[in-house]
Amino acid sequence: MKPSSFKYLAPGTIEEALAIMAAHGYEAKALAGGQSLIPMMNFRLAQPAVMVDLNNLPELAYIRPEQGGGLRMGAMTRQSAIEHSAIILERAPMLHATMPNIAYSQIRNRGTLGGSIAHADPSAELPAVSVALDGRFRIRSHRKERWVPANAFFVGLFTTVLEPDELLVEVELPPMPRRCGWAFTEVARRHHDFALVGAAAAVTVDARGACEQTRLVLFSVGDGPVEAHQAAKMLAGQPPTLEAIRAAAETAARDDVDPGTDINATAEFRRHLVRVLSGRVLTQAFGRAHAQNSSFPA
Amino acid sequence: MDDRHRVTVTVNGAQFQQTVEPRLLLSDFLRHDLGLTGTHVGCEHGVCGACTVLFDGQPVRSCLMFAVQADGHEITTVEGLGTMDQLHPLQEAFRDAHGLQCGFCTPGILLTLIPFLEDNPNPSELEIREAISGNLCRCTGYQHIVDAVQLAAQRTSA
Repeated sequence: MKPSSFKYLAPGTIEEALAIMAAHGYEAKALAGGQSLIPMMNFRLAQPAVMVDLNNLPELAYIRPEQGGGLRMGAMTRQSAIEHSAIILERAPMLHATMPNIAYSQIRNRGTLGGSIAHADPSAELPAVSVALDGRFRIRSHRKERWVPANAFFVGLFTTVLEPDELLVEVELPPMPRRCGWAFTEVARRHHDFALVGAAAAVTVDARGACEQTRLVLFSVGDGPVEAHQAAKMLAGQPPTLEAIRAAAETAARDDVDPGTDINATAEFRRHLVRVLSGRVLTQAFGRAHAQNSSFPA
Repeated sequence: MDDRHRVTVTVNGAQFQQTVEPRLLLSDFLRHDLGLTGTHVGCEHGVCGACTVLFDGQPVRSCLMFAVQADGHEITTVEGLGTMDQLHPLQEAFRDAHGLQCGFCTPGILLTLIPFLEDNPNPSELEIREAISGNLCRCTGYQHIVDAVQLAAQRTSA
């Protein structure tokens, strides 16, 4: 229950951090909040040779509104700062609503936005919500800088497109589109535990109130956030009636996910939860989208 | 491995200078290097909350930080709350309302609640239960802890 030895480096600038990452390659591990990494080190599931502590980089901790309605957040922004930010409440209400579900308040005081995303735990909330909100990530190395859309960032179990010399430095969320709605929910054995299944939906409706775009993202049911493409396709152009949403939720559970069985839940139970939670978030999200225009049929 | 680091940490208002191995957890630093054994170690993976301390005023898990990361920062442990002769009002309320039995979880719960009560001096029962949801207690069933917090809030506002 104690970590193995490592060399500790605490760069004071991003450039210095990138140079260290480049010099140490696969041996180095970036230390953000450490709320997932340090437990893994305590269990010796992770034994990095070099730790690059990013906690002395205050320039990576910010929440900045963008002109036109979007926002940018530094990778080292603490989860508790996001939870209590008025800008987030206004510009990304789904992110605001998601935060209390992430572990416990003591963990969120230390845990970071970028750390959770780069860790890519398949049962984590922030990867799924960043996909649902159509976010994109700024990635830097000493060689170059690149932007990767959230839906192309997660490539497998605890695996992302990050190269060993790269750091995730910023998360950008676009402005909320017109006539949009959102909803987030999850089921866990105990509130704040790892989710057995979670669901995030971000939708838009057209001028007649029919489904325009549906982004339904499920988590804890695969190797990373899972987009329910089949369910979304069924809804396209349809009025989001109770029957249409039920059919889409059914499709999500049958065709869009392939959950596994573990000590906490069977695959069958997870499929059941996908159906129920998909129905709930879609109903709530379309309800919110319609509430923005009272002339729509209920 | 002789990667050792000199750290200066303020704990309960007193400054300490120590040399630490990077892998030393903050919880073990407090207990073994400084002898402050009021910070308890339960699960060492962030679930039980027994090791909660205030790090620059915010409750954090001391088992999920390295001592080397505390360099230049301020920490409050349960030893910094009150003395044997003069308990902190929250500790007094825990004693009066039977908010502890074995006491293993108590330091973590107290340190979680101190900033919570500063922000929210008159919390509802639900808010109290949510506030301590990251701290496991195997004795009390939580009811007397909730009573103790309500008692402390009452006394402070009286």
